[in-house]
Amino acid sequence: MEAFTTHAGTAVPLRRSNVDTDQIIPAVWLKQVSRTGFEKGLFAAWREDPTFVLNDPAYEGGSILVSGPDFGTGSSREHAVWALQQYGFRAVIAARFGDIFRNNSTKMGLLPVILPGEKVEALQTAVEADPKLQVTVDLVERQVRWADEVVSFEIDDYTRWRLMEGLDDIGLTLRHGDDVAAYENGRQPWLPTTV
Amino acid sequence: MGRTLAEKVWEQHVVRRAEGEPDLLYIDLHLIHEVTSPQAFDGLRLAGRKVRRPDLTIATEDHNVPTVLGPIADPVSKTQVETLRKNAAEFGIRLHPMGDAGQGVVHIIGPQFGLTQPGMTIVCGDSHTSTHGAFGGIAFGIGTSEVEHVLATQTLPAYRPKTMAIEVSGELPVGVTAKDLILAIIAKIGTGGGQGYIVEYRGEAVRKLSMEGRMTVCNMSIEAGARAGMIAPDETTFAYLKGRTHAPEGQAWDQAVTYWKSLRTDDDAVFDKVVEIDASTLTPFVTWGTNPGQGLPLGASVPSPESFDDPVARSAAERALEYMGLAAGTPLREIEVDTVFVGSCTNGRIEDLRSAAEILRGRQVTTRTLIVPGSMMVKKQAEEEGLHEVFKAAGAEWREAGCSMCLGMNPDTLKPGERSASTSNRNFEGRQGKGGRTHLVSPQVAAATAVTGRLTAPADL
Repeated sequence: MEAFTTHAGTAVPLRRSNVDTDQIIPAVWLKQVSRTGFEKGLFAAWREDPTFVLNDPAYEGGSILVSGPDFGTGSSREHAVWALQQYGFRAVIAARFGDIFRNNSTKMGLLPVILPGEKVEALQTAVEADPKLQVTVDLVERQVRWADEVVSFEIDDYTRWRLMEGLDDIGLTLRHGDDVAAYENGRQPWLPTTV
Repeated sequence: MGRTLAEKVWEQHVVRRAEGEPDLLYIDLHLIHEVTSPQAFDGLRLAGRKVRRPDLTIATEDHNVPTVLGPIADPVSKTQVETLRKNAAEFGIRLHPMGDAGQGVVHIIGPQFGLTQPGMTIVCGDSHTSTHGAFGGIAFGIGTSEVEHVLATQTLPAYRPKTMAIEVSGELPVGVTAKDLILAIIAKIGTGGGQGYIVEYRGEAVRKLSMEGRMTVCNMSIEAGARAGMIAPDETTFAYLKGRTHAPEGQAWDQAVTYWKSLRTDDDAVFDKVVEIDASTLTPFVTWGTNPGQGLPLGASVPSPESFDDPVARSAAERALEYMGLAAGTPLREIEVDTVFVGSCTNGRIEDLRSAAEILRGRQVTTRTLIVPGSMMVKKQAEEEGLHEVFKAAGAEWREAGCSMCLGMNPDTLKPGERSASTSNRNFEGRQGKGGRTHLVSPQVAAATAVTGRLTAPADL
């Protein structure tokens, strides 16, 4: 996956809560068998509305999405993460995330940043006042910075390390093949197989 | 201090634990379908990796499949299904393709084969994997990167979520179902209430649910934000499992049952959070908005956005009413629908079909009504019981097994502006087709609504 250390760019304020993954990438887009081309499907239904924030030229090139709470709820589709990344987003900031979406993001190098609701609002307001505002998402220092604001966020050390190094989970797990084999030898004898 | 059920099952599956790292968790069963797996198999091929345990993996075709006989017309859907067939053959994975007697919605077939058993860890690239927790295991949805990880290693690195008890006291009144219970729970704790938790459903009302009712409850845990929901196994669980194709037999059965009986939360265990709900106060529940937390008793009216104190909830309600084309103050019973859908991994099992048939017997539907069995085995059983004749006589459509109108990936969709009463799990904008409007209901309410054309409880007929 793509490594993430620190990213500076402009932001896009998405003033909606419960942005479920069906909105991020509608189901018809899930029929693809490749991993590319999902940027066209990002918020496909909402983008038909000319007033939708992604259609506002002021926010063109924004790489940090700042959303209302409960972003990425619903379906487990990782296509939502791919769509956001392929559109150009490197980080999503919200007060709360759906668990599966947040997990998928960290597997792909899209940084989900949890900030307190009032800080998310303050950032949205600041970006609306100045769409060219530079926002820095700093995983090394675990901070989001804009104007005079410095807001810390929490992320566990292991996930942070993996993101900063851009490490592939499978490669890491395969180093523990012996542990897996040992566990398999001790599994309960009645457990089913699909054979 | 004692341990919760979730802690017991988790600990049993830890392959490796190291300071400062997530646990490496063994996965007992990996369910696959056509939508979230192709890119994972591609990843394996690129890296020259194999599937570690094809014998703990099973695949089915469900999301894209049409529910009328015949080939898949949409070439993109067809390619996706063919890709699964190719991948299953190449990596040696058992597949139940369209037309096969074992085919069905991924969360219906695991339990029906007896592959879903107490104390197991089960994953699938599908958020409704939480369904399988009804047997007392830890089951959760994963994304495609994790699908690839499980294929390659049969493990997942994960931090153990916190534990939440949802204590359901009292008894569900007659005519109030597992679906009403879970909709009421989601409305109470919200779509984010379960984030970061494994939920254990407990209490008298939960114990009295059938296995299928328990599956309905656990299925929608994700709609409350919880990746996994679970219910301690008991005699109901054992009776359901006994004799199923992959259930243990003979001495192995006795051994298994002894172990399964230990899978309960110890009396002195402490949950990180406890939520209480009184089942005896519940009535049929329906959603009015565009997330599953926006629900109310059927006897209520569409709420006014001003009635929400929280500004986020207020603006969400405003948006939802606009999308749903509803005016605040309208009694929910006056909402007219164009389509009724009975099916999905939430409510596509035999008991769901029986309860819908009971209401439709001798009556006529006045709206388009789709009855979609969750699997070919459910379909067969329903036909043996003559339920299909009841549905057809009532004017409903009796279909083949699949995800159908739950998610807008196959020909069964709503048109823009159309409104449904649906036994599925999500009322998101466009979930059942672009511009479609969804009210989530129980199979009983769905059937009664099919008769009147308005949201209706069976008792109203």
